[in-house]
Amino acid sequence: MEAFNTLSGITVPFDKINVDTDQIIPKQFLKKIERTGFGIHLFHDWRYIDDEGTKSNSEFILNYPRYQGSQILLTGDNFGCGSSREHAPWALQDYGFKCIISSRFADIFFNNCRKNGILAVVLQAEEVQALFKEVEANEGCLLTVDLPQQTVCSPGGNKFSFEIDSFAKDCLLEGLDDIGWTLQFEDKIQDYERQARSQKPWLFFDL
Amino acid sequence: MPKTMFEKIWNLHLVHEQDGNSIIYIDRHLVHEVTSPQAFEGLRLAGRRVLHPEATFAVPDHNIPTVNQDQPISDPISALQVETLRQNCKEFGITLFDLGDERSGIVHVMGPEQGLTLPGSTIVCGDSHTATHGAFGSLAFGIGTSEVEHVLATQTLQQKKPKTMLVQVEGVLSETVTPKDIILAIIGKIGIAGGSGCVIEYAGETIRSMTMEGRMTLCNMTIEAGARAGMVAPDEKTFEYFKNKPMSPKGDNWEKALSSWKKLPSDPDAEFDITVKLNANDVLPQVTWGTNPGMVTDINSKIPDPENIQNPGITRALEYMGLVADQAITDIHLDRVFIGSCTNSRIEDLRSVAEFVKGRQVNEHVSAMIVPGRVLKQKRKGSVVFLKLLGSNGALKQDVLCV
Repeated sequence: MEAFNTLSGITVPFDKINVDTDQIIPKQFLKKIERTGFGIHLFHDWRYIDDEGTKSNSEFILNYPRYQGSQILLTGDNFGCGSSREHAPWALQDYGFKCIISSRFADIFFNNCRKNGILAVVLQAEEVQALFKEVEANEGCLLTVDLPQQTVCSPGGNKFSFEIDSFAKDCLLEGLDDIGWTLQFEDKIQDYERQARSQKPWLFFDL
Repeated sequence: MPKTMFEKIWNLHLVHEQDGNSIIYIDRHLVHEVTSPQAFEGLRLAGRRVLHPEATFAVPDHNIPTVNQDQPISDPISALQVETLRQNCKEFGITLFDLGDERSGIVHVMGPEQGLTLPGSTIVCGDSHTATHGAFGSLAFGIGTSEVEHVLATQTLQQKKPKTMLVQVEGVLSETVTPKDIILAIIGKIGIAGGSGCVIEYAGETIRSMTMEGRMTLCNMTIEAGARAGMVAPDEKTFEYFKNKPMSPKGDNWEKALSSWKKLPSDPDAEFDITVKLNANDVLPQVTWGTNPGMVTDINSKIPDPENIQNPGITRALEYMGLVADQAITDIHLDRVFIGSCTNSRIEDLRSVAEFVKGRQVNEHVSAMIVPGRVLKQKRKGSVVFLKLLGSNGALKQDVLCV
């Protein structure tokens, strides 16, 4: 998993509330056998004007030329509600987003972001509104998200702090997904196996 | 300090504990074609290997046809998922019981029959009904795709320690009351979220008297009570079941395993967070009449009146089912009979169906379908006879499928 430290990136002001995971990645795209490649289907129903996803909708904000190459999604309250599908963060990440800023995230989506190395930043509703205003008014506006300092800064002088629990922060800073976190204790797993092999040899087929 | 069986198994598998996050060692990992492809892909993308390929066993059982399993799969998405499982097993060195292999079948039927499931072990699979294996005194539960990847890479899982619930069932089962009636009565009593956050241990005279297959049905449907896992203490029946299973311990290891298994049952004074009691003498055959397994009553009862219960869900369920308040359960017209799924598709289930239908015909207005839980059946002594018997009664028999 890629580590997250400090990011200055193009920010899309996607001002919608209660965006659910079926809007992030509609159900018909869940049959794939990979976890990559969901980016082209991200926000499918808004982003394209045809079912096949060949004609892009020029009125949808992600398709504006000024937001191409964006890495930060600034969005409305209760983002990522609905189905628990892990395909939603997979699609956002595959598209290029590394950070999502909102006043509230749905629980499962929030945890799924952390498991996949996406930083989900929770700010006060009025702070999110201030950022919306500034980003919309200034083309090329780059927000800076600093995880070690737990701040979001804008060129216009806005500086907001955010909370994050220490386990999630460490995992993101170190680029540790859950597997990475567990593998820090590889020596303990080996110690356990040595002991278990002598006490319960019938459970080990390679003995 | 006295311990519950769950606590004993948990403690025996605890690798590390930090900030309420525990790393638990996993003895057996079962995978199927639907929830594993992204997990294998994740390993590949991160350049990780499968830590212990010999502890993972794969079987295609979810997205496969129930007819003509010896033919190539015609649905392209199903075919791709099954083929991907084959390729992943080959690449990472995992044993696959493929379609056509006599050991293949529904993953929760195959595990115990092969002796992969054992008392005192931890077992996981990307399927919620993994709880079935708890019938043998193991700690078994379902996991998500990221967790499948986690187990493949580390042979462990991160878990928060669940609470414990004891469900004590005393009394004798009458001839027409089965373990499935008992678990439905329990769900009717505690509700479909009654077991949330818990591992349930089933104990008491009624549970002891059940066959291993009956205990599997009970633990399987623990999920429908909202719990993470269900378990039954191993006893002489359990030990007898595992004697001479293809992959169960042999010789010295058998003796060692047996003495360890005998220490597993909960200590007499062990404390559970929650205790629920049920008298089996009071349980009649159960019928679920609604849209979730908590909407259940017994065969002699009537459909409840939403007016008296004040639950908007009941009104919607009755509309959906086309039933009315106060209708007698025995007056409900049957459209379809289905015998199968990982809850009730074992050879013993089919045997009791065969006894029941002997000399009778399926009613012309009823569609009856039987989907056995595994393929080995044809090789069993006597089994061919009753499968033929089922076929000749107008019931449609199909190949194996997990539903």
